[in-house]
Amino acid sequence: MKRLGSCLTLAAAASILSLGSILPASAAWEPTRPVELIVPAGTGGGADQMARTIQGIITKHSLMKQPLVVINKSGGAGGEGFLDVKSANNNPHKIIITLSNLFTTPLATGIPFNWKDLTPVAMLALDEFVLWVNADKPYKTVKDYIDAVKAAPAGTIKMGGTGSKQEDQIITVAVEKAIGSKFTYIPYKGGGEVAVQLVGQHVDSTVNNPIEAVAQWRGGKVRPLCVFDSKPMAYDEQVADGKGWKDIPTCKSQGLDIEYVMLRGIFMGPKATKDQIEYYVELFKKVRATPEWQELMKSGAFNTTFMTGGDYAGWVGTEEKRHETLMKEAGFLAQGN
Amino acid sequence: MEEIANLFQGFAVALQPFNIAVMVLGIVLGVIIGVLPGLGGANGVAILLPLTFSMPPTSAIIMLSCIYWGALFGGAITSILFNIPGEPWSVATTFDGYPMAQQGKAAEALTAAFTSSFVGALFAVVMITLVAPLVAGFALRFGPAEKFAVYFLAFCSFVGLSKEPPFKTIAAMMIGFALAAVGLDSITGQLRLTFGSTELLNGFDFLIAVIGLFGLGEIFLTMEEGLRFQGGKAKIDLRVVLRTWMSLPQYWMTSLRSCVIGCWMGVTPAGATPASFMSYGIAKRVSKNGNNFGKGEIEGVIAPETAAHAAGTAALLPMLSLGVPGSPTAAVLLGGLLIWGLQPGPMLFVEQKEFVWGLIASMYLGNLVGLIIVLTCVPIFAAILRVPFSIIAPLILVLCAIGAYSVHNSTFDVVMMLVFGVIGYALKKCNYPLAPLVLAIVLGDKAEEAFRQSLLGSQGSLGIFFSNTLVSTIMILGLIALFWSVIQNGFTRLRTVAA
Repeated sequence: MKRLGSCLTLAAAASILSLGSILPASAAWEPTRPVELIVPAGTGGGADQMARTIQGIITKHSLMKQPLVVINKSGGAGGEGFLDVKSANNNPHKIIITLSNLFTTPLATGIPFNWKDLTPVAMLALDEFVLWVNADKPYKTVKDYIDAVKAAPAGTIKMGGTGSKQEDQIITVAVEKAIGSKFTYIPYKGGGEVAVQLVGQHVDSTVNNPIEAVAQWRGGKVRPLCVFDSKPMAYDEQVADGKGWKDIPTCKSQGLDIEYVMLRGIFMGPKATKDQIEYYVELFKKVRATPEWQELMKSGAFNTTFMTGGDYAGWVGTEEKRHETLMKEAGFLAQGN
Repeated sequence: MEEIANLFQGFAVALQPFNIAVMVLGIVLGVIIGVLPGLGGANGVAILLPLTFSMPPTSAIIMLSCIYWGALFGGAITSILFNIPGEPWSVATTFDGYPMAQQGKAAEALTAAFTSSFVGALFAVVMITLVAPLVAGFALRFGPAEKFAVYFLAFCSFVGLSKEPPFKTIAAMMIGFALAAVGLDSITGQLRLTFGSTELLNGFDFLIAVIGLFGLGEIFLTMEEGLRFQGGKAKIDLRVVLRTWMSLPQYWMTSLRSCVIGCWMGVTPAGATPASFMSYGIAKRVSKNGNNFGKGEIEGVIAPETAAHAAGTAALLPMLSLGVPGSPTAAVLLGGLLIWGLQPGPMLFVEQKEFVWGLIASMYLGNLVGLIIVLTCVPIFAAILRVPFSIIAPLILVLCAIGAYSVHNSTFDVVMMLVFGVIGYALKKCNYPLAPLVLAIVLGDKAEEAFRQSLLGSQGSLGIFFSNTLVSTIMILGLIALFWSVIQNGFTRLRTVAA
C-alpha cells in the first residue's frame, strides 16, 4: 500500500508539474470586471487627455473584453490617486497613468508613498519641455533671452508654470542655477492657462509641454526657443512660420545645459502577478500600434520611447534619484524627508 | 456678413437627421445627469465621452455640448424642488426657487428658470456669432490681478447687499474660507489642515458641502416641522407654463442686465458661479421687489439662471479660440476636441470652419430643443412634490448619498455629507445665512490663488490691484458694492438735510 501511495503522489506531482507548464500559455490572465484607469491629475490636463484617448482607442478597436473606466483622483497633487492604487494591493483591475508627480508629490508633501509601492507596467511615451516666450518680444534665441534676464533686476522676470514644486518649477530652478540669475516663478493650475498667460504677457516665459502651447504657436502668439532634451524632437512637419518641432534646437546646443523629460507611464498595484503585468504590456503594445495613438504622439510632439520590465524599473529608479537631487538643491523637500 | 453665411452652413450641418437625433439624446442624458446631484456636468460629460468616439467630430461635439446644456437645465430642477443645487452656479437659484416650490409655485419657478436659461444662452450665442473674434481677445487681458478683482466683486456684491446682520454673514463666510483652505496649497505645494488624513488631501468638495448643508439640512428642518410639504396643493398643468410666460416680459430689465453680466463673466475666465451670485445680488438691490428676495420672488430665479447660462455659453468662446476652458465641463469638452484631433486656439476658427459653425448652430438648436423638452416635462417634475414627504424624503436621502459618493467614489464623503447636514441644520436654527458660506467654499481657494499669484508677480505690492484701468475699475465697483448701504444711507441723509 505504501508503494501505491507514493506512486500516486508521484503521479499527482507530475500532473501538477505538467499543468504548471501548460497553464500560462492556455489560460493567461484576463480582466474579469471593468478596469479602472486612475489619473492622478485633474480633468483636461495632459495625463487626463492621454488616459481618455487610451480609453477611446480601446473602446473603438475592442482591445479589451471588459470596459476601461477613467477616474480622476487629483487630490494633494495626485497623492490621492497614488495612495489609492497603493492600497489596492492585489487588485489587478486598477492601473494608474503617471506623470512626474510620481516623484515630486511624495518628496514635496511627505505623503507615505514611493513608486516602489507600485508595480511598473510600461512606459508609454516621454513628454518634452520647451522654453517659450511671447512672439511680440524681441528674444529670438536662448542667448537673447538669458541676456535680458541677467540684465533685469533679480526677480522682475516672471516664469509661469503648472503647479508648485513640480516639473515646471524644477526646470525653472535648474535654469536659474545654470544662468546665475533669479526668476519669479508663478504657479497656475493647468498648462493651457499658463500658455494663455504668456500670450497675455502676464508672464515672460514658460516651459510648457508642446501640446499645451502648440495652438498659440500656430496662431503666431508665442515663440519656442529650445527643447530640454538630448536631441531635437522627431517631427519635421511644419507647424508655424515654416518651422516644425524638429527645427527647435536643444537647450544644450544653445548653451543651456539642462535636460528634462516627463514620464507618461503605466503602473499597477503592489502585488501584481507576472501574467497580469504581461496582459497589460500586450494591451498597451496594441494601443500604441493604432493610428489614433500615433496622431496623439504627433500632435503633442512626444518622445515615443517604449520600455517595460527591468529597463523601465531601472529608468524610473534613476529618475527618482535625479528628482531627489534636483529637489533637494532647490529646497523643495518636505520636512522630515 | 461672412459670419451669417457660415452660420447658415452650420445650420445645414446641425440639421442633418443624425445630428438632430444626437442632439435630443444628448439633452435627455444631460437632464438626467443634471438631476442626479453629484454626478454633475463635468463628470457626466467625461463618462459619456467614449460614446462619441465612433462618431464624426461635429456630431460628437454636438452631442457633448447638448449633454452640457441638458445638465445646465437639469441643475435647476433639484435646486428648486429639493433645495439641492447640482452645480455651483445653481446655488443662487435655490434662494428663491425653493421658497417658491414650498409655496406651491414649483411649476412657475421651473418655467421661469428654464425660460431664463434659454434667454441667457441665446443672448450669449448671438454674441458669439457676431463678435467672436473681438471678444475672444478680451480674455487675454485677464492676469491673476484681474481675476482676483472679479472674485472680489462677486464677494462684495453679495455681502454688501445681504439683509442679514453683517457679523453673521461674515462669520458664515469665514467658516467657508477655512473649509476652502483644506487640501493642497497650490502656491507652495504644501498640504494644509489635512492632519495627516488621506481623505482630506482633496479638501472639501463643494458638492458634498452643498448637498449636506442645503439638501439634508432642509430635510431635517422639514422633519422637525412635522413632515409636511406644501407643494402638493398646487394645480399643475401646461397652462401654468403659458401663464408664467405672460408674466415674464415685465422683468426684461433684470433679464437684460443678467445677460450682460453673464456674458462678461463667461468671457473672462471667472465663469458662471460668480456671474450667478453677482446677478442675484445686484437684482436684489436694484429691483423694487428687493425686500421679497429670498422669500420666493420670481425675479430671484430669473436673475441667477439667466446669468449662469449666459456665462456657461459664453465660456465656450475662450475655450474654442484660446484653448482655456471657462468651467470644469468645458475642460472635459476641450479634452474631447483634442482626441478628435481638433486643436482649439486662434487657428480653429480659420481651419475648422465647418466644425466651429456646426457647433455654434447646434448651440441655437440644442438650447431650443432643450427648452421644449424640459418645459413639456414641467408638470411631471412639479408633480414629484405631490408624493407624500414620508416617501420622498428617504428617496432624496438616498439620492444625496449616491450623489456624494459618486463625486470621488468615496464613502468618507457620505459621512462628510451627513456632518454638513447637521451643521446646515444648526446654522439655520441660529439664523446664520448659508449662502456666504457656500460662496466662500466655491470661490475661496480660487480667490486666494489669484491674490497670491498677483502678489508674487508684483513682489508683494498691493498696488497691482490698481495698476491699470481694467483692474482698478473692477476693484472700485467691488468697493462700491461692499459699502453700498453706507453710501445709500449717506445719500438719503444728505437729501433730508437739503430738504
